[in-house]
Formats: sequence, C-alpha cells, structure tokens
Amino acid sequence: MSLDHEINKNEVDIVIGALNADLTPFLDTWRPFFTGFHLIIVKDPELKEEELNIPQGFDVDVYSKTDMEKVVGSSDTTAMFSGYSCRYFGYLVSKKKYIVSIDDDCVPAKDPKGFLVDAVSQHVDNLERPATPLFFNTLYDPYREGADFVRGYPFSLRSGVPCAASCGLWLNLADLDAPTQALKTEQRNTSYVDAVMTVPLKAMLPISGINIAFNRELVGPALVPALRIAGEGRVRWETLEDVWCGMCLKHIVDHLGYGVKTGLPYVWRNERGDAVESLKKKWEGMKLMEKSVPFFESLKLPESAVTVEDCVVELAKAVREQLGSDDHAFTQAADAMVKWVQLWSSVNSSG
Amino acid sequence: MVDPANTVGIPVNPTPLLKDELDIVIPTIRNLDFLEMWRPFLQPYHLIIVQDGDPTKKIHVPEGYDYELYNRNDINRILGPKASCISFKDSACRCFGYMVSKKKYIFTIDDDCFVAKDPAGKAVNALEQHIKNLLCPSTPLFFNTLYDPYREGADFVRGYPFSLREGVTTAVSHGLWLNIPDYDAPTQLVKPKERNTRYVDAVMTIPKGTLFPMCGMNLAFDRDLIGPAMYFGLMGDGQPIGRYDDMWAGWCIKVICDHLGLGVKTGLPYIYHSKASNPFVNLKKEYKGIFWQEEIIPFFQNAKLSKEATTVQQCYIELSKMVKEKLSSLDPYFDKLADAMVTWIEAWDELNPPAAAAANGKA
Repeated sequence: MSLDHEINKNEVDIVIGALNADLTPFLDTWRPFFTGFHLIIVKDPELKEEELNIPQGFDVDVYSKTDMEKVVGSSDTTAMFSGYSCRYFGYLVSKKKYIVSIDDDCVPAKDPKGFLVDAVSQHVDNLERPATPLFFNTLYDPYREGADFVRGYPFSLRSGVPCAASCGLWLNLADLDAPTQALKTEQRNTSYVDAVMTVPLKAMLPISGINIAFNRELVGPALVPALRIAGEGRVRWETLEDVWCGMCLKHIVDHLGYGVKTGLPYVWRNERGDAVESLKKKWEGMKLMEKSVPFFESLKLPESAVTVEDCVVELAKAVREQLGSDDHAFTQAADAMVKWVQLWSSVNSSG
Repeated sequence: MVDPANTVGIPVNPTPLLKDELDIVIPTIRNLDFLEMWRPFLQPYHLIIVQDGDPTKKIHVPEGYDYELYNRNDINRILGPKASCISFKDSACRCFGYMVSKKKYIFTIDDDCFVAKDPAGKAVNALEQHIKNLLCPSTPLFFNTLYDPYREGADFVRGYPFSLREGVTTAVSHGLWLNIPDYDAPTQLVKPKERNTRYVDAVMTIPKGTLFPMCGMNLAFDRDLIGPAMYFGLMGDGQPIGRYDDMWAGWCIKVICDHLGLGVKTGLPYIYHSKASNPFVNLKKEYKGIFWQEEIIPFFQNAKLSKEATTVQQCYIELSKMVKEKLSSLDPYFDKLADAMVTWIEAWDELNPPAAAAANGKA
C-alpha cells in the first residue's frame, strides 16, 4: 500500500501499553512498520513480572510503575494508570506531535490483495490530511487517491478542518462487547471495508482504544484516563475507559472545530480471553453508557472554553454536576479528568 | 479500470423480493437499451417510465418488461395547471413517477447506469441490496464503527448503547457508482479521466443532523414514509439552474427524516455509471447552484420543523414556507420553488388521497 507522501518519522511516537510481559511476538510482527520510529512502552503497574521481554533493534523507552510514581505518587499511579490505561502515561510523557497506539494482542492485518497493512503510516496519513465533519461526502475521504468531493458538496467546506484522531478497525476479533461476542462465539470480522471517513459533527460514536492515533499537539489532554468500572479487567470486554475517553474527545473535538476519522487501517486482533467468562462479571459498563448518552447529547460547552484544557475542565464540571449523583464512577471520572489536566500542564510545561 | 458486469446467461431472479410492492421509476429522453443488461434483476418488477423532452418521440421498452409510460402530454393531462411543478427537459421530471405510483417502495435509476461487478467479479443485484437496506433498521442516533450492524458478519461494537440497538425505520437507501463518479462540473473539468474503481463494501446510516449530497442515479425509498418529500424541484427548461434536483430533494428529505425519526442509508449497492456528461454543459447548469448552495446549506442545517408537523406533507409545507421566507432574498427563483413545493404536495394529495396513505409519517 503506498501513500501519497513520505511521513516524517520524527514526529511520531508509537505508544504501547504492555499488559503482557513478553512483547517479543508482538514487536517482531510489527518490526517492518515500527522500524525507524521511536517507541514508548508502558508497563501495566500491576503486571507481576519484573522485566518486559523486548527484542533487539527498536528505538524504545520503557516506563514502569516507578516512573509513574515519581510523577503522580503511588496511590494515584494505580488509580490512573493500571491495566489498559497505562498507555496514557506514554501519551503524557511523549514529546512528539502524533501518537499511534495499538493493543499488544494485535498484529498487522492483510489487505484483500494479501499485502500486510502498514497501520502506522495509514494513521499518520489520516492525521495529516484534513477531516470533513461539516458535510458528509458520499465517496468517503475526498482527499484519497482516486476520490474527490461529490457533486453538491459545498465549496466553502472543501478545505476541511484539522484531523484530531484516527480510529482504526480490527479483523478477526472485532471490538464487540461481551454479551455480543458470547452470543456469537464463532463470529469473526472478515470484512475489509476500504474506506476512511470523517465522523460528522455532533455524531457520537464508541471510540476503541485498540487501534488509535491522535494529534497530541492538537488534543493531547483530551484523551482522558478517567472512567473505571468496578472490577475492570485486563481484557477489553471488561473495560470502558477508552469508550468514555472517546465520548469526551469527540465532544471536545466538535466544540473546537476539529475532526475525527474512522475506518482504515485494520489490524488483526488475536484471540484472547473468553467473552462468556467476562459476561459472568456484573457489567457496570452498560449502565454507565446508557446514562452517558443523554448527557453528551445535550451537553454544550461554554463559548469561553477555547483551549483543550479548558474544555476538559468544563466537561469534568458538567459530569460532576449532572452525572455525579447517578453513579460514583462519574464523580471519580470527573476528579480524574481535572487531575489529568493539571498533570498534563505540569509535565509538559517546559514545552 | 473497471468494467460493468456481463449479465448474459444470468437467469431472471426467481424470488424477486417485494415484487408487487415496488415500482422502478426511470426518466428517459433517449432509449431504454440499458434495461437489457438489467433483465435478471429488474424484469420481474413494474416500471414507471417518465419520458422527458419531445412527447412525439417513441421510446422503445425492451420486450418482457411490464411498464406504464408518461410523456409531457400525459403529465399535463393528469395534473392540469399543477403540471407546472414538474420540470421539463431535466431528469427531475422523474418525481412525477413517484407521485403516480401506487406502490410502497420506489427504486429509481438513470438510463446510463449498468450492472456493476463486486470485487469477486460477481454481478451486483443493486435492487436486492436496496431492498435489504430499506427492510432493515437504520442507526442515526449513534455511529457504529463497523458500519451496518445488522449485516451478516457485523454487529454493534463495544460501547454502543443497548437502548439504541433496535434502530429506527429506514426511509431512504442511497447507492453509489463505479466508473464515472458523480462529480460536479468544476471537478470534472479538473479531473476528466478520474474513474471510481474503489468498491467500499459497506452500508451505513447517515447520522441525525448531518446533511449529505443525495444523488438520484441509484436511489430507493419507502414511498409511504417519505414519498411526498421526494420532490425534485424546478430544473431545466425555463429555470436558472440544473443538476440540483436530487440535491434539493436530498436536503429536504434529510431534514424531514431527522425530524420524524426515520433513517437514511448510504453505501452499497454500486451500479456502473457509463456516461460522463459534458462538463461545459454541466457548468452552465450548475453555475448558480455552486454559489447558492453556500446559502442553502446553512439554511437546511438550521431548519427546525415544529412539533406539530407530524406528517411528511406537513413538514414539507412548513419547509416551503421557510424557503419562501429565508431564501427568496437569495434569488426570486426560490420564491417560485417554494410555490412549486406547495403545488407538488397538493398534486400528491390529489393523486394519493389520504385514506390510502394512513401509514404516512412516522412508521
């Protein structure tokens, strides 16, 4: 797969949350696409093993519990960065413009022609090209080779807006919730949809953290590690942190006039865990999502919120005021969001 | 490069879905030879042919098709003075076919659209896909990243609220085109050789509150649910604008569908669009539209229908009043258009008395 232009690898950090100690199979399969990039690997602070197994040949910095404790103190380390949320620490300490983040149980996918998909390059390409949230283009990404804006697309909207995030998809084990996967145990995603598109203004969507990239300079603080459900686990079926983060991110992006893309690239997600087992846990997530939807639908951030940090703080305030009484998880999320913004400012104050 | 499918040898569909509930509306000024290629998929269905241009010209319909044909004389005879709302010398006249149909569903296709091939080389039964799209719910209230969740092999993703998984009734299915893409004149002039060769294997719902450019080349809809809003405007002969008929209808239906809680889908099926119209001719037709759409889009984006508007006709009349109020200053054309919108509804209701349309409005 060739892209229109060469990407500048110096502008990208690849952030991997290590929920497994042995990263050799993961990194070896991604080697062709990770070579030349700087990697930030963040170890889940609750991982039992002392050392991570990382093969030679990568330009990598590893962060672990000790590093987190230096920055946030020991109690907050677990609260904020345990499990899948460990990768947010990587977002925090990165100094690059773009972040690409892939779960450690995913490998490169193959496109319909049999070629391995360079997910990193596709993500960066998505981020570098404008998004078009104000009007839907029926031929999807108008800036793509072989496509364009269709008849009837207003000319004043054809320059697009900056793209803040690129949400990729998954072949094999798609990001379905536990009840769905448990019901359809054999279902695997084999459909390769050859499109990138902008999610329209005001449209809400579940953003998955499994295969995601974003413009850190533009919206870094808006990716908040905030919502923890009770009994959150180390399989995606037992977490909602990314979905909450995504709802906040999309709302802030809409408010600030940026865009979110979805579609390519695909990654191949390996089998892991058991949906039926995950189902057995009382799944708080469903209830929290139901409450979140009307909240985000009616939410209006004040005009005065013009920076990302302002937006996160205002959002946290609204969460506390309108959802806090519904569930303690929301109050905790609101607190975490405020803390996150402060953390972001202090860690990144030297620019 | 992409080619149309060769449908020779494909048997006529033995189990055509909704055979007696769907009409195929085709506007034409030349001939209907393209229907030869479509036999396996379209022959079982009833056609409504709207003949534009010279009414004395005889349009030959390929053998085996069951059809009714209307030329300009018929339109004038049936509608009398109300015929003024139906465009002349523009494919916008097709909406007359929607009005006279007595069926629940409409599929409309242009006479230069042939059968496409999917990536496996198989001929695409576009009508069957449209029907599937219409018969299965839409999800305008929350975007599903795996596109149509009801499709075989797909589902709602993690985080998709369970309360929204039933979806809403689908009113419109908007298909796409391989080969000649639906570009406007300026883009055609800049990229005369560009062909759409990318088969995007997805159907998706256009989110509530989002407008889109609706192309009438390959379109299907539930006539009971949204028919009266599918007016294709005043275009062509004697009008200052052309090639905005389907766009106008698309903006209207989307606002109304959003208001009534109905869904609009886009994506599959593809047809193979064979003919590139002359970009210089197109530019002359579209020219005003290119400027006007800058005002029209914000108008539709901000259009708010009242709670009391609960049927499509009521919504449409309200919209026509807003057009008169807010767009007449843009050009006197919109004043005429607003009147034509009302005439259209009056004509629609005359030809489709309310008793027969009890299911109109919310499904």
